[in-house]
Amino acid sequence: MLDFVQQLVSGIALGCVYGLIALGFVLIYKATEVVNFAQGDLMMLGGFFAFTFIGMLGLNYWLGFAGAVIAMALFGMLAERVVVRPILGYPQFSIIMATIGLGYFLRSIVGMIWGTDDFKIETPFSDGVLRIGSLVLAYDKLSVIAATIILCALLYLFFNRTTLGTAMRASSENMLAAYYMGIPVKRVVSIVWAIAAAVATAAGVLLAPITFIHSNVGLVLGLKAFPAAVLGGFGSIPGAVVGGVLIGVIESMAGFYLPQGWKDVAPYIVLLVVLLLKPEGLFGVHMRKKV
Amino acid sequence: MRFLFKTDYEDDIKLFPHSGYVVSYGILLAFLLIAPFVLSSYLVSQLVFVCIYATVGVGLMILTGFTGQASLGHAAFLAIGAYTAAYLQQFNVPFPVYFLAGGLLTGVVGALVGFPALRLTGIYLVIATISFAFIVEEVLARWESVTHGNEGMRVKTLSLFGQAVPQNGPTFYYLCLAVLILTIVGTLNLLRSPTGRAFVAIRDSETAARSMGVNVSLYKVKSFAISAAITGLAGVLFAHKLSFISPEMFTLQLSIEFIIVILIGGAFSLHGAVLGAIFLVMIDPFLTYLKDDLPGIIAGIAATFGTDSIAAGKINDNVAAIASANGLKGAIYGVIIVLFVLFEPLGLYGRWLKIKLFFQLFPLYKRATFKRQKIYVKSERNR
Repeated sequence: MLDFVQQLVSGIALGCVYGLIALGFVLIYKATEVVNFAQGDLMMLGGFFAFTFIGMLGLNYWLGFAGAVIAMALFGMLAERVVVRPILGYPQFSIIMATIGLGYFLRSIVGMIWGTDDFKIETPFSDGVLRIGSLVLAYDKLSVIAATIILCALLYLFFNRTTLGTAMRASSENMLAAYYMGIPVKRVVSIVWAIAAAVATAAGVLLAPITFIHSNVGLVLGLKAFPAAVLGGFGSIPGAVVGGVLIGVIESMAGFYLPQGWKDVAPYIVLLVVLLLKPEGLFGVHMRKKV
Repeated sequence: MRFLFKTDYEDDIKLFPHSGYVVSYGILLAFLLIAPFVLSSYLVSQLVFVCIYATVGVGLMILTGFTGQASLGHAAFLAIGAYTAAYLQQFNVPFPVYFLAGGLLTGVVGALVGFPALRLTGIYLVIATISFAFIVEEVLARWESVTHGNEGMRVKTLSLFGQAVPQNGPTFYYLCLAVLILTIVGTLNLLRSPTGRAFVAIRDSETAARSMGVNVSLYKVKSFAISAAITGLAGVLFAHKLSFISPEMFTLQLSIEFIIVILIGGAFSLHGAVLGAIFLVMIDPFLTYLKDDLPGIIAGIAATFGTDSIAAGKINDNVAAIASANGLKGAIYGVIIVLFVLFEPLGLYGRWLKIKLFFQLFPLYKRATFKRQKIYVKSERNR
């Protein structure tokens, strides 16, 4: 029982990271119908920015965190402007390829600049555990869960309570109609990319104490975040986080209770089963065109 | 330019529309046949890889280019073909038998993947095929009684009709070339047949195809099976070429390389698959060139513009450091993919068509002929 709770908490913590990356996919997908295969690499780059600010320049953790988030938000806007905007409205296959290309580029550039070693970011939560009876919970894992909850609440408020959030929802529902109503759709899309990159950075920095940061971490985790996003239904924001947590828990449980090797494939098997039974995902809304 | 007057329905589906095709392909074939006697053994070996990648490219082109079903899991099909060959070889099964068995088994697996894929479109299909590839990779690593797990398997030298065919010799090259040509001709015939037309109809509009009486699910499964079978055949040759296979050779990276082949070749044509394969395989020699010769050339250019020898030496070192940096290949892949998607979505073959049309229509060429249409409101969620 104790093992079970322990595994559950670490699964949820890992799942929150998947959920945050999946959240980035979903934000971009909702706004522009673009599936960003480079989301995991944006997370990796964010982690490296944070490492540079905190580990190399010696800034305070929170200051470095904020710096990395701002830098990555700007980078997200740049990536949108250069790679995605010219091909908006073209077949999805081209856009998938373009973002795969962007991911390739980021991975090897990071490998060239920072090297291919593992890096570690020192955080205030690195050490220390919370003891409840005989249950031992590490602070770094709890911090990930807490930060995910806070971020989700902030995003929820942003999308439902602010004018900009409403404009984003409008342009995601119907881009052309939003244009006609005077919403600056291009700027809105650019801000969506900035938010997605910032969320990815948060995921990267939170992840750093749990696993190390290296140039391929984005690919590995990005590919776990896909099942998360699909499991939750690709267009649903709460779905992304729930899907991420589910994937994390499944992975963690499979690693503990099943023989070696199941850990890596269990999420994909669950994903295939879900796709077979409910192709639009658990929370997906299957909208029908009204004639 | 040459005017083709089509007076018969049969004219539309001729294998060679006019004699020019016979002449140009004949010359190309002659060049390919004498290649092993002229080129260095390294280049012949690269040509073998071109043949294998082009075969996979043709298979993937049937699925993605002609039926419109994206797949990022083709490395798994290649792996199944390769492992079938390596496994059957242990029991002294002759090459033609395990070659065909590899294709057949992969085709069956492809059909099995095709059934679940019927309900999925777009991004869901891509992710499902990625998941399939991961599961196959893991199975290969764990099913040790058959695949020897992560240790990998040795593949014995190919023997054909009692003759040994070493993987570096010209005979192996001819074998790969023959497989490629047979695949291409077979695929061309397939595309001329009702099946091929049904594929293209499904790609262009599923609803329209269904309303014309095409059994969409049947043809989608067929497309998956044929594409997988061709990839499996290529897998058998791949195993022989490398003479050693292990699960970590068939990763997502390889699947992406196959997609790069058809993306860069482009223009929904078999020419594209071959051009893309040439491009992808030739990146390696190009990188070697970059590492060895480029620094000297740039330093030489700098020297002619009056830079002194110390500065020229510095430039030489800097360029050499960049050219031999780790992961330069990845960066080049990334930049090339993005540039092709942004500026030449029809790929190399599309560029060739544009050049050809420019000269045919010389003073009257219009750039807008190949302009893409943007679709803003068409949302996959509202289907």
